[in-house]
Amino acid sequence: MIVSRRALLLGATAALSGCDRLAGNARFREALFSAENFHRWAQRGLSARDALAREFRPDQISPIFRANGTANPNTPAYRALWRNGFADWRLAVAGLVARPLSLSLAQLRAMPHREQITRHDCVEGWSAIGKWRGVPLRTVLNAAGLSGRARYLVFRCADDMGGGNSYYESIDLIDAFHPQTILAFALNDRPLSVANGAPLRLRVERQLGYKQAKYLMGMEAVDRLDGIGKGKGGFWEDRAGYDWYAGI
Amino acid sequence: MDDTAREIPRPGGPPPAGLVERHRLSMRLWHWANAVLLYTLFTSGFGIFNAHPRLYWGHYGANFDAAWLELDRFPAWLTLPASYNLAMSRHWHLAAAPLFAFALLAYMVWSLANRHVGRDLAFRRQELSLANIGRDILDHARLRFPAGAAALRYSLLQKASYIGVIFLLLPLLVLTGLTLSPGMNAAWPWLVDLFGGRQSARSIHFIAAWTLAAFVLVHLAMVLLAGPWNELRSMVTGRYRPPPERAA
Repeated sequence: MIVSRRALLLGATAALSGCDRLAGNARFREALFSAENFHRWAQRGLSARDALAREFRPDQISPIFRANGTANPNTPAYRALWRNGFADWRLAVAGLVARPLSLSLAQLRAMPHREQITRHDCVEGWSAIGKWRGVPLRTVLNAAGLSGRARYLVFRCADDMGGGNSYYESIDLIDAFHPQTILAFALNDRPLSVANGAPLRLRVERQLGYKQAKYLMGMEAVDRLDGIGKGKGGFWEDRAGYDWYAGI
Repeated sequence: MDDTAREIPRPGGPPPAGLVERHRLSMRLWHWANAVLLYTLFTSGFGIFNAHPRLYWGHYGANFDAAWLELDRFPAWLTLPASYNLAMSRHWHLAAAPLFAFALLAYMVWSLANRHVGRDLAFRRQELSLANIGRDILDHARLRFPAGAAALRYSLLQKASYIGVIFLLLPLLVLTGLTLSPGMNAAWPWLVDLFGGRQSARSIHFIAAWTLAAFVLVHLAMVLLAGPWNELRSMVTGRYRPPPERAA
């Protein structure tokens, strides 16, 4: 039996376009996307709440830590902050908190630090290992007095992604209070470079790279995500349909 | 006990003359589920690979690091979806993967419990003589397929490849796949040690997928050469017509 290459190609293309049509069906799409819930449920069920991401030795650090996404927000407001060394920059802590805060870089640096050498995993498939220093997020949340109604933390960023949409991300309280979740101001013993998110970025070590929001301007405690952006909990979740739970 | 023709009485009565019961229902269901799931996993896997078509050894690896393999993107007729869409490729892959993994686990337990492995796939002592191994390789190379009662038993090479695929290759694919997940790295840190790093696991996942693709191609070729209708019927209805004995 001889099957021509052309027939094979046609068959493969037909099968694939069938799949693509299937994915266009709203109910099928919903079922397909619900795998995220299974993975989140299974991973959380299999690991302790505070199970740590691996930490590496200094000699395992990547020679060059690849920067990805926005390389420079380059808005007039960001440029002004950068020009005087982020002395005028403030992190706004707002939403469902007892004491809204406005923290300067000097104030954050004066808080207890955590240092961790961890692996950054991009959704595209590459990994880079770097040494981060920053303030545990739970230290800031305790200082602000998180309300019992809060369910998520939303992070607002300085980079404009076009159409007036700024980058944003969100995590739930399990990851917000995880010991390795930090607001990092240094990478490999240097203040964060602009390409890597100066002056402050989020590290959520059990999730993929798009959760590690750069150029933080503010964070907000909320009880639901559906009123923010397009409601999916993050810029890439809204724009491209990435999973909100990025531990997969 | 005669293990050559395993004729299982069924409520519908014995099979028509010349046909024997060959494949159990559990086997047939698993086979066709695999056909659909592996097709989905391969094509969506190509789509995911296209996001970063470079492979590395060790814990980290990104564009500045040395890749052991760098490919062009796989063509659209091979990827799911047909146009580059990492988020959709991941949705397909991550929805099919747990179904595939749990079906494999169920089949492994079931086929050990019902003695399918012990009876049909385990090597017999007398099979393992050098002369027999040599003859089996030669028979395959000459495409000389067994006839009569011998066609109801798996040959040495068939046993070796089925055991290798079911108990080594497929679990390897599942475990290396799990190692790519940062959440699973925290839940099961031994996964990273087992494969020597996330980027090594990604490389092994890729190599194992192509090994499986080679198995599937040989498997399909053998089905075509051994008589596609008889083989197809046996995998749909379970009933197989042993080829008549050759004149000696």
